[in-house]
Amino acid sequence: MGTLLEVTDLRTRFSTPEGVVHAVNGISYTLAEGETLAVVGESGCGKSVSMLSVLGLIPIPPGQIASGSARYRGMDLLKLSEPELETIRGREISMIFQEPMTSLNPVLTIGRQITESLRTHLGMDHGTANRRAAELLESVGIPDGGQRLRDYPHQFSGGMRQRVMIAIALACAPSILIADEPTTALDVTIQAQIVELVIQMRQQIGMAVIWITHDLGVVAGIADRVIVMYAGFIVEEADVESLYADPRHPYTVALLAALPRADRRRDHRLKSIPGAPPNLLVKPQGCPFARRCDFVIERCWSDNPALAPIAPGRKIACWIDVKTGAPR
Amino acid sequence: MVETTLSASIHPVDELLTPPLSLRQLVWRRFRRHTMALFGVVVLILLFTYAFGGALFLTESYANQTETGVRLQGPSAVHPFGTDTVGRDILARTIYGGQISLLIGLTAVLIETGFGILIGAFAGYYGGVVDSVLMRITEAMLNIPQLFLLIVMAKFFSGKLPNITLLGRTFSGSVVVIIGIIGLTSWMYLARIVRAEFLSLKENEFVLAARAIGTPRREIIFQHILPNSIAPIVVSATLGVANAILSEAYISFLGLGVQPPTATWGNMLDGAYNYIDTAPWLWVFPGTLIVLTVLSINFLGDGLRDALDPRSRVA
Amino acid sequence: MTRYIIRRLLQAIPLLFVISLVLFVLMQNMGDPVATMGGRSVTRSADRERLRRQLGLDKPIAVQYLYWLVGNDWTKIDLDGDGVAETPGQRQGVLRGDFGASLVNRGKPVLQVIWDRLPNTLLLMGASELVIIIGALLIGIYSALRQYSVIDHVVTAISFVGYSMPIFFIALLTMYIFSVNFKRWGLPYLPTVGMFDPGVGKTTGQVALHMILPVFSLSFIYFAGYSRYVRSTMLEVMSQDYIRTARSKGLPRPVIIYLHALKNASLPIVTVIGLDLPLLLAGAIVTERIFAWPGMGRLFLDHASRSDTPVVMGILMMISVAVVVFQIIVDVVYAWLDPRIRYS
Repeated sequence: MGTLLEVTDLRTRFSTPEGVVHAVNGISYTLAEGETLAVVGESGCGKSVSMLSVLGLIPIPPGQIASGSARYRGMDLLKLSEPELETIRGREISMIFQEPMTSLNPVLTIGRQITESLRTHLGMDHGTANRRAAELLESVGIPDGGQRLRDYPHQFSGGMRQRVMIAIALACAPSILIADEPTTALDVTIQAQIVELVIQMRQQIGMAVIWITHDLGVVAGIADRVIVMYAGFIVEEADVESLYADPRHPYTVALLAALPRADRRRDHRLKSIPGAPPNLLVKPQGCPFARRCDFVIERCWSDNPALAPIAPGRKIACWIDVKTGAPR
Repeated sequence: MVETTLSASIHPVDELLTPPLSLRQLVWRRFRRHTMALFGVVVLILLFTYAFGGALFLTESYANQTETGVRLQGPSAVHPFGTDTVGRDILARTIYGGQISLLIGLTAVLIETGFGILIGAFAGYYGGVVDSVLMRITEAMLNIPQLFLLIVMAKFFSGKLPNITLLGRTFSGSVVVIIGIIGLTSWMYLARIVRAEFLSLKENEFVLAARAIGTPRREIIFQHILPNSIAPIVVSATLGVANAILSEAYISFLGLGVQPPTATWGNMLDGAYNYIDTAPWLWVFPGTLIVLTVLSINFLGDGLRDALDPRSRVA
Repeated sequence: MTRYIIRRLLQAIPLLFVISLVLFVLMQNMGDPVATMGGRSVTRSADRERLRRQLGLDKPIAVQYLYWLVGNDWTKIDLDGDGVAETPGQRQGVLRGDFGASLVNRGKPVLQVIWDRLPNTLLLMGASELVIIIGALLIGIYSALRQYSVIDHVVTAISFVGYSMPIFFIALLTMYIFSVNFKRWGLPYLPTVGMFDPGVGKTTGQVALHMILPVFSLSFIYFAGYSRYVRSTMLEVMSQDYIRTARSKGLPRPVIIYLHALKNASLPIVTVIGLDLPLLLAGAIVTERIFAWPGMGRLFLDHASRSDTPVVMGILMMISVAVVVFQIIVDVVYAWLDPRIRYS
């Protein structure tokens, strides 16, 4: 499979009254065609910002992309003008968001919100776009698609709205879908349905998916590869089986320890990670996870380890080997 | 999403949520807010000094002294602001007129605030029939433009009061009338604000607790709930002063306000448009003073709103 | 929706009733209607008494109000003052569309008096409202999109000054600049008074020319506040999630701003426009007075100063009805714009 998207050394900052927030600090990753990549991390670790940056969707100012490139089909997305980006967004790369309740425009019909992509990007006429929109609604599991085009967002439940969002995002059969915690705001049963729907649509369209989440449980069922982010850095990258079987970064270890698993004894206590993510206002010195790390050594306080390969398809950013607790 | 992502990582997040600004812009914005309010205070102090300090140099009888021989003279060394249609010195009149205009602004707001708080508090606290009746009256009053009401009421009370002598000075009885009617026609917005505050506050635990131990209603209203809704009242009253000064200017401009010889910035403008091409100084000076005063009070009120009510974000 | 409108209209009835009562009481001291009506000619006290009885002024205020409301053609009045009511009443009352007759324009029905002036006021206010809304939208959206640009700062400054300025001051200022001084400097200057030049006649061009200064003055002070309001509302809306969604769809910027954002932002704006109608009406009085515009505002001032109670009362009641109806229209427009609101 060829590489579809290659992000190199992306840095995003926000100027705030309290100082500069270093939201994304030089991350690099690739996405292959048809692949599902999960981006995992606690809230505030820069996973959403890194994806929004690629599509030019962060507000500038206060946001600022300090460096990096994002190569997609021979173009650097970060260098494109706004009109050029508009031809990519929704057509080549689509996004769905965390809050289905607020992500749809409350005063426009669902039909209008689906067809405007079709008409903008594919040049469909009104009638064709409407028929296509009805099909799309049916395909994301909303019965009576044709009827419901005339409805407004408030007439749908949260789960249904997320289905509508998916229909909008997939209207032009994009090659990449970025799903920004699309299930976080939903009930558990609905979450599973949405995950299932995305998997099914991925197969139908053959697109690549970037799935942003803080829930490692969801990742196992959907992703091929996983990136773990912490404080704006990528700290571990691995295929999904290796990550679960053999986490190599202390942060990943801690995340997995906090996750309930069926293969553990019932009285096994879940372990929370002590402390809170670091203040991104301070330019990181040393490893950002050091303060919360069980394995911390002297060097962690002064030098921030770079993301380095340790095995084929596997990278971590850590000075120590979590198996032995000794420096690598 | 950008906001939520960031909000977890830095503590004072409110500024980040809206609207997007760079650091420089935010600092500038806060600074400007403060300087505008400060500017307002400084100008207001200057205006008060002008109106009350100026009286030390020029007497009121001089301000009211007519001398038709020098009518409609342009600004000169003797009359820096010129003279009016009957030869009175405009500088002296803006000083004494300023006293009356500022006095009307402040006292009318006292009446307005008193009425607004009483009506709003009773409607909000008692609810039910009391609330409906009071709010219907409020609505009825809001329905007629204030200026029309002022004109009708000015006619209603005109000539009712004799001139008043206070501290050795004589004021036209119309001053009291104007203060009264401005107060009586402007309390509605404040009443609505107070009512809304009371409606939400009266369900709070501290009020329920006070009721549970048998605190008298009057005490609950005035000592428990009212102090908690003071911020919007202060802001509204401050802006109310500006509105009252404007109202006086409008009604006096229409010739139905304070009657001469007592000067106000408003009645100095009455008839000025007849001399628009020959004597612009008739309206330039009092008009500018009105704009400056109202502008300063608006700045101050805006600053107070920001300072006292962090929930309201007026961009 | 129809039911909602009907219900709102029904609710307006007691409100208008309360307003009319308050106003009627206030009218009691407007001055001596008999003097107004008769002028100097009615000097004999017998004539005065007769006139008072004809106007119903000998009756208690409650009865006067009743006559005003439902008329007195169902009863007889005692015109000659002998204690026996013998003359049938003529008035039909406001409920049947009879606001009485003007005391100044002797015998002319109030409605006719108002009707003669109404179109002029509507023209002035309609034009001003249009200028205010279009101008405020353009400037407000522009400053929201270019927040903290030079133009944004300039607009902010102007709007603060404009907001603090009495209409008459801006009116005098513009008259002084564009009429007096332009004339002095030999430039094409604008007319300041009236609706048209009597020498030319009431042509569309003349009226338009005479409208420029009054409309500018009336618009300026409201425009200032409105553009600020549009700006802050647009800023608020532009930071919403659904705008990000629209952007993520790759929609062109104009579609995002003028459809996705503006349709949401128009909701609070419509509300404010609805609430501000009384303010605009008040502004119209002053503007008409300064520019000698023959509208309802000047009619009101003229007739109020001459104690023409029926006309004053008629104008005030019409304003109240207009305000009530306008607010219902605003609510309907709001419901049309916001699908989440369905009045039932």
